[in-house]
Amino acid sequence: MEALKQELKEKIIDVLNLEDIKLEEINDNDALFGDGLGLDSIDALELIVMLDKDYGIKLVDPKEGKVIFKSIETMAAYIKENRAK
Amino acid sequence: MSRGIAITGMGIISAIGNTVEENYVSLVNNKMGITTIENISTVHSGEIKVGEIKKTNQQLVAELELSPDNNFSRTAMIGTIAAKQAIQEAQISSINEYKTGLISATSVGGMDMTEAHYYDYFEDENLVKYISCHEGGDVAHKIADELGLKGMVTTISTACSSAANSIMLGARLIQSGKLDRVIVGGTDALAKFTINGFKTLMILSDGYNSPFDDNRKGLNLGEAAAYLVLESDEIVKKENKKVLARVSGYGNANDAFHQTASSENGDGAFLAMEKALKVANLKPEQIDYINVHGTATPNNDLSEGRAIVRIFGEEKAPDFSSTKPLTGHTLAAAAAIEAVYSVLAIQNNVVFPNLNFQTPMQEFNLIPQTTLKHKNIEHVLSNSFGFGGNCSTLIFSKSE
Amino acid sequence: MRKTYINGLGCISVQETFDTIFLEKAEINENDTILPVKTPVYKDFISPVAIRRMAKGVKNGIVASAMAMKEANVSTVDAIITGTGMGCIEDSEKFLKAIIDNKEEFLTPTSFIQSTHNTVGAQIALGLQCKAYNLTYVNGSISFESALLDAKMKIEEEEANIILVGGIDENADYTTSLFKLAGFIKRENEGPYKVLNATTKGAVYGEGATFFVLENEKKSTTYAEILDVEIINKLDVNEVESKCSAFLEANGLQVSDIDTIVLGFNGDVEFDPYYKILSENSFKNTPQAFYKQLSGEYNTASAFGLWVGAKIIKTQEVPEIISVNNLEKPAYKTILLYNQYKGIDHSFTLISKC
Repeated sequence: MEALKQELKEKIIDVLNLEDIKLEEINDNDALFGDGLGLDSIDALELIVMLDKDYGIKLVDPKEGKVIFKSIETMAAYIKENRAK
Repeated sequence: MSRGIAITGMGIISAIGNTVEENYVSLVNNKMGITTIENISTVHSGEIKVGEIKKTNQQLVAELELSPDNNFSRTAMIGTIAAKQAIQEAQISSINEYKTGLISATSVGGMDMTEAHYYDYFEDENLVKYISCHEGGDVAHKIADELGLKGMVTTISTACSSAANSIMLGARLIQSGKLDRVIVGGTDALAKFTINGFKTLMILSDGYNSPFDDNRKGLNLGEAAAYLVLESDEIVKKENKKVLARVSGYGNANDAFHQTASSENGDGAFLAMEKALKVANLKPEQIDYINVHGTATPNNDLSEGRAIVRIFGEEKAPDFSSTKPLTGHTLAAAAAIEAVYSVLAIQNNVVFPNLNFQTPMQEFNLIPQTTLKHKNIEHVLSNSFGFGGNCSTLIFSKSE
Repeated sequence: MRKTYINGLGCISVQETFDTIFLEKAEINENDTILPVKTPVYKDFISPVAIRRMAKGVKNGIVASAMAMKEANVSTVDAIITGTGMGCIEDSEKFLKAIIDNKEEFLTPTSFIQSTHNTVGAQIALGLQCKAYNLTYVNGSISFESALLDAKMKIEEEEANIILVGGIDENADYTTSLFKLAGFIKRENEGPYKVLNATTKGAVYGEGATFFVLENEKKSTTYAEILDVEIINKLDVNEVESKCSAFLEANGLQVSDIDTIVLGFNGDVEFDPYYKILSENSFKNTPQAFYKQLSGEYNTASAFGLWVGAKIIKTQEVPEIISVNNLEKPAYKTILLYNQYKGIDHSFTLISKC
């Protein structure tokens, strides 16, 4: 689980071009959207593609992302539960 | 006082007809043009439906009698067909007799050719001619050349509101006396580029789009072209021209909220409608019909609906409908298509039905007109909103 | 009728055109066929969260517009009007390649969104929280002039007092390789690529973002008044002179009233005759300037041309690096600009000192 969280942080920084943010600045329970990391709905769509591409998880409704992408913690838990690859 | 700039001709080709007449017949008979895609090979063909013009590029080339070495994109071909019809209805024989311009609109331009040949250009020198047809301006040049037009030619590209802005600019050019006559409208062919683009935004419906329905699931893309001829009152008088209707109001505003999504309260839409009413010198209650943007994405219809409530009041909204269940969302051409439909509504005194509607939205009490309704129509308001918060409203009015 | 004044400029180009006066640091590169912009420090103008998804054209547009607004000392505008021939083509390329290479799978929206032509104008509006009129023109080499004409009309209609107008285009690798294939860009190994009296086809390509703050009032920062703009889709070489005189006449002027003509020479032997006919005939005795040896050719290079024209009026000099014929005038009051690309999309723009 810890490794997965670390992996997610790296991927988020890479996929979303967060070049100014360091790995250790993202805490597992920090809000990714809104006031936290400041991500927005386009980032959510990028993350949905990442779930599909890297973990074989297909979301059909972008609204599902709201809950899943709340924090690194929630993302990791969801991926662990649902991953197909 | 004049009721606006005279419209003396229109032309259209869409998924529901190859002429103005055919489009009207489909509109009043609920004949949807949304089908499985045939002309483009895409991996998504099983899961999406589109509003496609059922003519191949070869058929379009033949219809336009283009030479074999032509480099017309599909966008340019359907645009030329619509523009020629418009000129014909306006009975223009000598196009450069007056100061005449062409204000076109497109979002994909020649992308259909670019995506078809992208990696092949270096392999096949016969394809190289298509490199120059990629850009938006090429479409307008091709149409101008086919019409023999020499003068001011330009193109607007503000995503899905593009053609509304070209109609607005055309009206202003006549109003200011810079031009006597202007052909305005837009054209967009279906392309893998837009199909996949909208797919990444997760706003494509897997079924038939159902605007203003609580269970709406997104849009169907479409392809179409429509052009209108606007002429000065001097020409109309001198040549005793028949005026189909008038462009009486227009407004553009920016939502300044998000790159693709509309704001919760529809600020941009509200400002655009407010501006258009002001230009037309009309009160909201004078609008008889709203041809809404109504793409059937969760976000658009909520935002547009809220803006309508703000302008008209929830209980006093006029009859409204989206015609996109018939045509699909034709992007940069949409506002020109819907301008033609607005004029048809005025000419025939009808409100076209909003198909596929079942369940009212929870957020407000706005119910679209779901059946064909006959009543006197003096003024139609037409909305078109695009990416980048680009919101435009046009108002069309009966001439006398 | 209300007048239109240029009250602020911002220019990101192949040359150092920010933090400079007027091309004093300009250098002519005659060895390359593609000229990249000198990039400003973007992060001085755009927040890190906002910048991460922005295309090159968006970033340049935001910086150039911010510079123009700063110079004009305005914090808000009544309209944002842009011109771009190809839009953010780098992102269009990226998305299209992804579609083809990944067979329409695992695509993400960012580059699709950026590829929409009005993305620069939209992002400027978003940054300024400006809900006003916002339009984008995309018509080859008159994309910028269309925006300029619209802006002038807006001021005349009394619909706006302060308008941001700009032209933006960017180079992208695959597209430039296609343009080389099609012969739009000069072949390699045929240099030095001189713009005047060139003997080869095609042009050296550049990129840039040039913005102007236009206002209905003259103020201390005013460069010039925009008198008129005309756009014509197509002309034969032998029609240029008569069109040009008709344009001047419509503004109550004749050739002798023009203190400098700024010509869009791009070194394409096939189409430079459009400029030569003016240069060698009617305007033989007029100071002439050219600029694409500095900016490179691109759809909105003529915005760089207007920047040059405005600077000539402000500084009252035609720097040697842009002079065609080394003629001088005691004062530079009225300037005419003429541009076209491949014989289409012609524009005449007239500005004057006020």
